[in-house]
Amino acid sequence: MSVLAAAATAPSFAFVIGDHLPILQVIVPLLGAVLCALTRRGSFAFAIAALVSWSLLGVAIMLLWQVLGAAAPITYYIGGWAPPWGIEYRVDALNAFILVLVAGVGAITIPFAYRTVGKEIDEDKQSWFYALFLLCLSGLMGMAVTGDAFNIFVFMEVSSLSAYALIAMGSDRRALLAAYQYLIMGTIGATFYVIGIGLLYVVTGTLNLADLATRIGPAFGTAPQPILAALAFIVVGISLKLALFPLHLWLPNAYAFAPTFVTTFLAATATKVAVYILLRLYFTVFGGAISLSDLPIAEVLLMLSIAAMFIASILAVYEDSVERMLAYSSVAQIGCITLGMAIATRAGLTGSIVHLLNHAVMKATLFMAIGAVVYRVGTSCMSELAGIGRKMPLTMGLFVVAGLSIIGVPGTAGFISKWQLGIGAVDAGLWPLVFVLVGSSLIAVIYIGKVVEVAYFREPGDNLADARDPPASMLIPMALLGAATIYFGLDTTWSAQIADTAAQILIGGLK
Amino acid sequence: MQALQSLADNYNYFITIFLMVSGLYIVIARGNMIKKLIGLAMFQSSVYLLYLSPGKIVGGTAPVLDPAFTVYSNPLPHVLMLTAIVVGVATLALGLALTVRIYEAYGTVNEDQIFARDNKK
Amino acid sequence: MKLDVILRVTTKFMLPFIVLFALYVHFHGDYGPGGGFQAGVISAAAFILYALVFGIEATQRVVPQRLLEVLMPLGVLIYAAAGLPAMVLGKTFLDYSVLAHDVKHAHEWGIFIVESGVLITVASTMLAIFYAFVERGR
Repeated sequence: MSVLAAAATAPSFAFVIGDHLPILQVIVPLLGAVLCALTRRGSFAFAIAALVSWSLLGVAIMLLWQVLGAAAPITYYIGGWAPPWGIEYRVDALNAFILVLVAGVGAITIPFAYRTVGKEIDEDKQSWFYALFLLCLSGLMGMAVTGDAFNIFVFMEVSSLSAYALIAMGSDRRALLAAYQYLIMGTIGATFYVIGIGLLYVVTGTLNLADLATRIGPAFGTAPQPILAALAFIVVGISLKLALFPLHLWLPNAYAFAPTFVTTFLAATATKVAVYILLRLYFTVFGGAISLSDLPIAEVLLMLSIAAMFIASILAVYEDSVERMLAYSSVAQIGCITLGMAIATRAGLTGSIVHLLNHAVMKATLFMAIGAVVYRVGTSCMSELAGIGRKMPLTMGLFVVAGLSIIGVPGTAGFISKWQLGIGAVDAGLWPLVFVLVGSSLIAVIYIGKVVEVAYFREPGDNLADARDPPASMLIPMALLGAATIYFGLDTTWSAQIADTAAQILIGGLK
Repeated sequence: MQALQSLADNYNYFITIFLMVSGLYIVIARGNMIKKLIGLAMFQSSVYLLYLSPGKIVGGTAPVLDPAFTVYSNPLPHVLMLTAIVVGVATLALGLALTVRIYEAYGTVNEDQIFARDNKK
Repeated sequence: MKLDVILRVTTKFMLPFIVLFALYVHFHGDYGPGGGFQAGVISAAAFILYALVFGIEATQRVVPQRLLEVLMPLGVLIYAAAGLPAMVLGKTFLDYSVLAHDVKHAHEWGIFIVESGVLITVASTMLAIFYAFVERGR
């Protein structure tokens, strides 16, 4: 009898991977980072990083699958503590989509790292490099998966601190300066965010996002000022992180001087996750509690987005370094994303969310292509790349495909998001925005066209004598993402439809 | 008189605001990278005060359950700020490490001189 | 440095007490002010004091750089490892209640293990930062 009772109470092995998917998004890369830090060999650390990135993508896809099949958001209580006391991970279609995006970019681009890191980073620092990369990945995944406002701050700092260190590993001394400036701006942004959360905590007494959404409304009746101040702090703080014009000053140098793999990864993920945080807090938390249309935030956001789309695009036209040009183009594309947010209709938000994916895919392709050029030629200055298209046909071909997508040519991913944004604008009665979208695309024609002109219509110089397409480990990730640019332009089942579900969740929560 | 009274009653918030604004001012106005980091640290420490002062209840004790006490201070802000302090220390350490490397590469920690040296090349 | 007898003797005399105090702060951390972070900083201070008085080479014989580079990730590994048993046994990550038969004891153990991980990482990181700054410009 006593033996039976003991057997009944003794803990039994009951590990079901499906129950733990939310936490695995964070601890798989975290443990991978620790293992990388324990190894002393760069190639060994690379193997760990690759295995971790690939299995993380599998875990993220499983979670998305689970979320799309479930009626309610999937929740996970850390340490068994129920919210609002404990930290809750809460996953719905929106963050599951972001998780797959981040994990996907990590998994596809990691083979690209092997050669470029081998060339750009000293052998004894390579294992630390991969550890930092996985730490950054873990922070980004954590930001997307968590349902706790303060936990977002912690993961934001995990990803940002490792990103600063990764950028500082660039070979040019200006990389150090870029990392320092990013550190100052990023820390100000994160501190603004945490001030906003603090004000919210003082008036509502909770940090859980879902709980905040229900409590801000009643609190707004008695004390509106702290909540408005909190909203302002949070929007400005995250805008710094996502490089909303005119808070983008850290971005061009950080992307231009970082190691090429870091540029590719951060350009495709870091700002996207920050956009997700803004969407989540603005629509789910504040939008669910107070009437946002009474506040002038949408108008401000609209103006800044339009300014970003034009001014940053024009700055891109005048850049000689292709990497900096692409960085300015990123600022402009982020303007497109926030434009959909300012429109705040279902179609507009769908455009924003699908552009998160599409922009990540095409910008990663572009940065990888130019990274391959830097790998072979050693520079990304346009003046020295005359005729590169003939020497590196596959690389530059993929550059052109992704470039067409940045412009928004039909049949590419960029077209789908611009189309959705256009529909959203017309729906909201803001039809002049369609001209804005077309206008910014026309400027993109100029800066992408400049590269194409240099690459294809000039005779190769002597400095390109040894240039040829990079090895397969760099070419395959590029080709995969290049193909994805076309695929998402033709079949929107996995992009626009999930984005639409996510947009519905955001709009449905609005008061 | 009333204004003075409210100043005295809410002195903790005024200290918070003073630290916040002066820290941010130093970050923006100073060209010296070390001074910028000092400003950043001040800016971050204002946040610690912002969280901690509403959490403290005058006369409350640490929240260890005991029949002798009925009033407890809120422990959560302390936990949050412990995390924020660690983050702040890590940021400061990384910033200082970068400054050391920048000094070795450029021979100065003044931003204007660094920009001038980069543009000359 | 060789002639500075007072400094050398007092340092040697104080070192065990600093480490002991660090351990006190660590073990006391679960029901009073203290914990792994503070204990880590204090114990790192002991080694830094040793380095200031006896020189960096002597300290690096005691705690080589290679050892630090193992200890830093190891602490994080201990922290994560404290959370994993709960996952295997059907609870959520970092649920300490599976670590012992009594829930209160289990939580005490869980916090202790986690704080030990913090202690190892913080102490070794502090020392690594110190080494890094001392070795600059040599």
